[in-house]
Amino acid sequence: MTWLHDSFGWMAWTWVTGGFFLTIVGLLSLMTIWELAQPTTERRGFLPITTTRGDRFFIGLLSAAFIHLAWLGLTDGAIVWALAIAAAWMATLLRYG
Amino acid sequence: MNKVQNNRAWFLILPVFVLVAFSAIIPLMAVVNYSVQDSFGGGVWIFVGTEWFESVLADERLHDALGRQLLFSGLVLAIQIPLGVMIALTLPTRGWLVPLCLIVLALPLLVPFNVVGTIWQLFARVDIGLLGHTLADLGIEFNYTDDPLHAWITVVLMDVWHWTPLVVLLCYSGLRAIPPAFYQAARIDGASRYATFRYIELPKLRGVLTIAVLLRFMDSFMIFTEPFVVTGGGPGNATNFLSIVLTNWAIERRDLGPAAAFSIIYFLIVLLICWMFYTAITRIGQADKR
Repeated sequence: MTWLHDSFGWMAWTWVTGGFFLTIVGLLSLMTIWELAQPTTERRGFLPITTTRGDRFFIGLLSAAFIHLAWLGLTDGAIVWALAIAAAWMATLLRYG
Repeated sequence: MNKVQNNRAWFLILPVFVLVAFSAIIPLMAVVNYSVQDSFGGGVWIFVGTEWFESVLADERLHDALGRQLLFSGLVLAIQIPLGVMIALTLPTRGWLVPLCLIVLALPLLVPFNVVGTIWQLFARVDIGLLGHTLADLGIEFNYTDDPLHAWITVVLMDVWHWTPLVVLLCYSGLRAIPPAFYQAARIDGASRYATFRYIELPKLRGVLTIAVLLRFMDSFMIFTEPFVVTGGGPGNATNFLSIVLTNWAIERRDLGPAAAFSIIYFLIVLLICWMFYTAITRIGQADKR
């Protein structure tokens, strides 16, 4: 633990940001396993472009960031609602995008 | 016959991944950590949640700086890309003039950013600068330290001088890679110069133009040194671009939390616009092939 603190203490870790990055790494690992088990094919859903599963995941992550920013900039509501909207959007995108 | 998929080649990119991790991913993670905390120096951090993001998103100065930045990038792309393609089309294709033209064109690319700023700062001065003095002789009062429009003209001209050669060199290499058979076929069909450009040269330039647009957008959207040296963000806030505001927050004021939140928003905007450019240009290519 001392080694960890000495090496990465300058990064000023918090439990929230640690959890955030672990979730991203976990999602990327799951997507990799999914890809190995069932390789993706390009297809066209409601998005105006043909996409692979990885493309839709990237679009989902990027739009999730902007959903959170829009929520923070435009409303006073709890951030957890932005997370819920982003998760629902990600699921919709992966299934129908 | 089933094609065997071998993914072991991915291990070959491990060294690059490690390098990128140290140069980009780990610093970016630190910035995310800083963006949700308040720093009191000496390694003391207080968790503040999304407070910095809320204050940064509501900051009028940043909205103005973002507007200026988008206008600047739009202007330099609108000038440099067509100008670069036009110059590349007029360059000689054989003989001793080729290396001469390429070397002369590449010269601005070799000048360090801060020196480019100094050159243009002197060049545009009314008292001793060639441009400013000549304009004054012609009866045009050109003063980039007082007039916001003149400051913008100077900064945009400077960027065009500095970076159009990159677009020219990329386009020239793309044009030289087109096999002569395409031009012969166009001549046999009696294609006009415009038709040859539109249906042969432009589609073949798509790859290099993608790189040119992406590089020029990213560079111009993150421009710092040149306008900082020439105008210092002035007059007033006329040329105060995002990176100048960000540097002011992070380095001069040492407001690491707001600066980190600002950096993340900045990064996301760059990522979004680059993805849009990349997707648009590559999809047009696929549509042409069909």
